Amino acid sequence: MDILQLVIVGMVVGSIIGLGAMGLTLTFGVLKFANFAHADLMTLGMYLAFFVVVDIGIVGPHVGPFSFGWGMILAVLFAWGGVAAFTVGVDRFVFRPLRRRGTDFLSIGIASLGVAIALQAVVQAVWGSAPLRYHSEIHRALDFAGGLKIKPDQILIIGLTLAMALALYLLLHRTRLGTAMRATSDNAPLAEASGIDTERVRIATWVIASALTAVAGVMFALQSQLRFDAGFEFLLLPMFAAVILGGIGNPWGALVGGLIVGISQELSTEWINTGFKPGVPFALLILILIVRPRGLFGSETQWST
Amino acid sequence: MLPLDALTPLAAEAPGLLPPLITFGGSVNWTVGFLTTAAIFAIAALALNVQWGYTGTINFGVVAFFGVGAYTSALLTLDAPGDFESYVGGLELAIPIGWIGGMVAGGVLALLVGLPTLRLRDDFLAIATIGIATILRSIANTQEGLVNRARGLNGIPRPLEDSANDLGVDYDLVLLVLTSLTLLVVFLVVRGATASPWGRVLRAIRENEATAQSVGKMTTSYRIQSFVLGGALMGLAGAIFAHRIGTIAPDSFDNLTTFLVWTMVIVGGSGNNRGVMLGALVVGFVWFGLPLIQEELPDFLGTRVFMLRRIAIGLLIIGFVLARPQGLLGEEARVSRFAPRGDGGGGLWPGGLWSRIRGQPGGGAA
Repeated sequence: MDILQLVIVGMVVGSIIGLGAMGLTLTFGVLKFANFAHADLMTLGMYLAFFVVVDIGIVGPHVGPFSFGWGMILAVLFAWGGVAAFTVGVDRFVFRPLRRRGTDFLSIGIASLGVAIALQAVVQAVWGSAPLRYHSEIHRALDFAGGLKIKPDQILIIGLTLAMALALYLLLHRTRLGTAMRATSDNAPLAEASGIDTERVRIATWVIASALTAVAGVMFALQSQLRFDAGFEFLLLPMFAAVILGGIGNPWGALVGGLIVGISQELSTEWINTGFKPGVPFALLILILIVRPRGLFGSETQWST
Repeated sequence: MLPLDALTPLAAEAPGLLPPLITFGGSVNWTVGFLTTAAIFAIAALALNVQWGYTGTINFGVVAFFGVGAYTSALLTLDAPGDFESYVGGLELAIPIGWIGGMVAGGVLALLVGLPTLRLRDDFLAIATIGIATILRSIANTQEGLVNRARGLNGIPRPLEDSANDLGVDYDLVLLVLTSLTLLVVFLVVRGATASPWGRVLRAIRENEATAQSVGKMTTSYRIQSFVLGGALMGLAGAIFAHRIGTIAPDSFDNLTTFLVWTMVIVGGSGNNRGVMLGALVVGFVWFGLPLIQEELPDFLGTRVFMLRRIAIGLLIIGFVLARPQGLLGEEARVSRFAPRGDGGGGLWPGGLWSRIRGQPGGGAA
């Protein structure tokens, strides 16, 4: 296939991975533990949107050239609310008690694995094992110069990812909450000493990360399909690879990392069998761990706890 | 075009681990089959206990080491590939050599993954291990002429089958005895290793790596050794599994196996070898026993029993980390047979894993 076409598809896939990774790196930075349930939170988001669009049936008139109706906006908001409520609830009853007790971050990560296993099984129990789609009709690609074929949804995925990255930048650097989040990420005890309620910052972090997570989940389902097992099989390793490529706690790094992962994944199919594609993010991860474990944009202190 | 779709088919459940139990008819046969399975899982749990329980190294790719051991032993002992089959090996070697090969393969994989990641912070290895199983599975499914792709390997020889037939002994019982004896040997090896000075260095690394370094221990080297020992024992568990089942395919080895072994270690008691074997028995009973009561459950639960048991192990992990982080048995306080008996004067679990998780120096009663 044409290299340029692969790069564009890679940018679409990379945007989805990057947006998910931005949420992951945000919670990694502020809460300090690797959340192994993050990919399954994306799955939860995509199915919650399915609940609104298909189970309830709020479709609405078509939005421009895209594959979905106006109801999708409501669905995404509902998915955000659902994922946010879930994560804040889990934090309240699982992660916060562990945090207060001074449990080490590895054990909190293992608790998050338990959350991932249970959540994935609940999604499968409710919506079944078969892959699903929001809409059944064919979504035609637009023809561009040079024989490029791009679907309107794919343009939207790239555009919306950039818009959300910009919004997150403004939030982190232009608001008091953002300053408090960065302070908590850098040094929580110091932030507390200067009057920041770090527990409220952590709740806000879950809510903000949930927005990125839910949108990324819906994007994944638009680009591919809804799959209950998407988390551990397809999403978790590429997202962690993006997070580490970009430097832990660095959202822009995560976005760039996601794009690198996505584009190299797709480009690799030019030379190797597509069956080996899952190995590409792993190879990138091992490479960056050997060459520059702090990540491309990470600071010296972040990788040595 | 579905760029995010891998070629791996939908793995709804671990098919490879189920059939031998489900097809057993009577309850005695079920118990024999279950105990054999639990013993195989107990070996894997002891292996993970070396890595996580004693060294504090997270391995989320248990099934990858298990699978590599299974495939290696199968390829060493199988007949040469017939028509419509294509795989490397088929050397017709003796089964014990296959098992040793499985251990070596598991150890080599651990070395390859551990070398670049074990010198870095702890969670990096955890993250790197997430992907190994998925990648090895997609290689096994994709690469022609390697392991017969998704068609799997069939007719893997079963240990002592001919002798059992000659003597007229129930083969399932022979298999149970053989597996239990192997478990006993593994237990003695792991107990010996973890109670030795070497094992005490591992605990020191787990509790405080900087302190271990400051008394002159090459901690990265110890972490790699412990990771390789664990990987080799997981490979052995996989090899026994392959010869017991007789047929393996890439999809026999999905992430549920990893989660199950983790639950066994967390529930039984990280850092306690008898504990994780108990965990294998208890968690295995929940996991393999739940489908048996499928008929008794109300319909909406009965049809979802395979999801129900995954919810159960997820909640078991969360519940134990929250409410009983030391597991059912907790870590043994006496770290050497030369140490004085008794409580050592520092509470029930002095400075052990429990206090680390609880964040309370010295531990105390729950």
